[in-house]
Amino acid sequence: MSETTVKDRTGKVPDAFPENASGVRKKIMATLAAATPEAVAGKYENLAVPSFDLVRQPETGLVMVRGRMGGTGSPFNLGEITVTRCVVRLETGETGSAYSLGRSKKKALHSAVIDALWQRLETRALIENDIIAPLAAAQQTAKETVRQETAATKVDFFTMVRGDD
Amino acid sequence: MYVAVKGGEKAIRNAHKLTAKRRRGDTSVPALTLEQIAQQLAHSVARVMGEGSLYDETLAALAIKQARGDLIEAAFLMRAYRTTLPRFGYSTPVDTGAMLVERRISATYKDLPGGQVLGPTFDYSHRLLDFALAAEDDGAEQPVEMAENDDQAMPRVTDLLGDEGLMEPDPVSDEETPVGDLTREPLSFPADRDLRLQNLARGDEGFLLALAYSTQRGYGRTHPFAGEIRYGEIEVEFFAEELGFAVTLGTIKVTECQMVNQFAGSAQAAPTFTRGYGLVFGQAERKAMSMSMVDRSLRWQELGEEPMAPAQDVEFVLSHSDNIQATGFVEHLKLPHYVDFQAELDLVRRMRAEWFEKRQQQEQGEAAPEAAQ
Repeated sequence: MSETTVKDRTGKVPDAFPENASGVRKKIMATLAAATPEAVAGKYENLAVPSFDLVRQPETGLVMVRGRMGGTGSPFNLGEITVTRCVVRLETGETGSAYSLGRSKKKALHSAVIDALWQRLETRALIENDIIAPLAAAQQTAKETVRQETAATKVDFFTMVRGDD
Repeated sequence: MYVAVKGGEKAIRNAHKLTAKRRRGDTSVPALTLEQIAQQLAHSVARVMGEGSLYDETLAALAIKQARGDLIEAAFLMRAYRTTLPRFGYSTPVDTGAMLVERRISATYKDLPGGQVLGPTFDYSHRLLDFALAAEDDGAEQPVEMAENDDQAMPRVTDLLGDEGLMEPDPVSDEETPVGDLTREPLSFPADRDLRLQNLARGDEGFLLALAYSTQRGYGRTHPFAGEIRYGEIEVEFFAEELGFAVTLGTIKVTECQMVNQFAGSAQAAPTFTRGYGLVFGQAERKAMSMSMVDRSLRWQELGEEPMAPAQDVEFVLSHSDNIQATGFVEHLKLPHYVDFQAELDLVRRMRAEWFEKRQQQEQGEAAPEAAQ
């Protein structure tokens, strides 16, 4: 593993994993966040989960969503969303986190364990291939369906030509 | 003297039980599920999330069910619920330019990069009741058309005009400037645009619609064009301190409206179009349009216009836009005011006694000279 570390805004080194900086972990967590609680539970059930501690109990709270004036200007507060988060530590030492929209504590717990297992090099490929890849593919398909359905409603303007010229 | 009145407990308890029975209705008819409400009454859900200022489709569906379809009551339930949860923090500002667009139209440019896509809309429908929906077999799925998605980017219309310098740029504050939050501090005046937009985003759709309409009818005219309306999914990110990066929380659906209005300019600055902005939860086009028009009206001072209409009056608009506050104050009139009213009764009896006494004196005064003749 390389020595690269990432610093947060306060200059601390929050996590020794370079995956945080590369954005891969962010994608893993985002894929879990975008999945339904049932989909995550379905994958979790098939995992051999080592014992773990709850560093932070699954907890539901609010995040205030910010927009920008005119789309690109100064920020303003639009309204809140419900968010559930959870942090676990595996007996092997890896710490997994989950943050996702909604109030499913079960999904937050499952996602945090899966995130921790992904950080464990021994189980990383398994998590990527058996969980993240199929979830991401399903999400991509759903988005593509929306795009194609939307594309069918695209307006083709044409100009009426007057008959007297 | 304040006299507490007790004795309504039993009546209240029974009334609430009766409400639950009436809510359920005829039990031979299946009960509504939250999924049915969330899926099939999407506009109601959007309105409750917007005015309740809390995005959670299942909670909004529950609120609608509990409120028997009273959307203001449902929004009230959402506002009450949110006070039971801790606040984790603020999202990073969302990027509506990166939206998974389901609908995007412009009334100002026909040929936009990315084109105009109608998506799901009531526009261009004949507003004739569709009795097919009332038929028993309404479960049948209607296939929809699919077309090749050309992956063309959909830049905001206002950015296109901005490139030519024809559009006033968005105001940009430095990152350290605090952003006003009505859920933390009560509204005070003068209110800056951040507070105004937050207030309008959770304001009552009917109130904002009426104000926007009033500006079109001449009460503070702003010559609006719907520069762009877009609806779709955007990602919400939150900077997690303990992780050191912004995590993606998921996606929410929003409607954005860019209203393009007539000109500003001065000796120092060349004339440009001005703009009003609307951004609301869910598919709520009427509300987003109204919000953008009222936002523009409220900017009169900054743009050197004359205040002459209700829609320009910041204090009037922002103080009366919140339907939870409004309904609380209007509906509190239903609560017992027996003592207050007793005092008024005494007062009006005294006033009447004085009035009759005075009249009698006048009559006697008029009668006396007659008798003397």
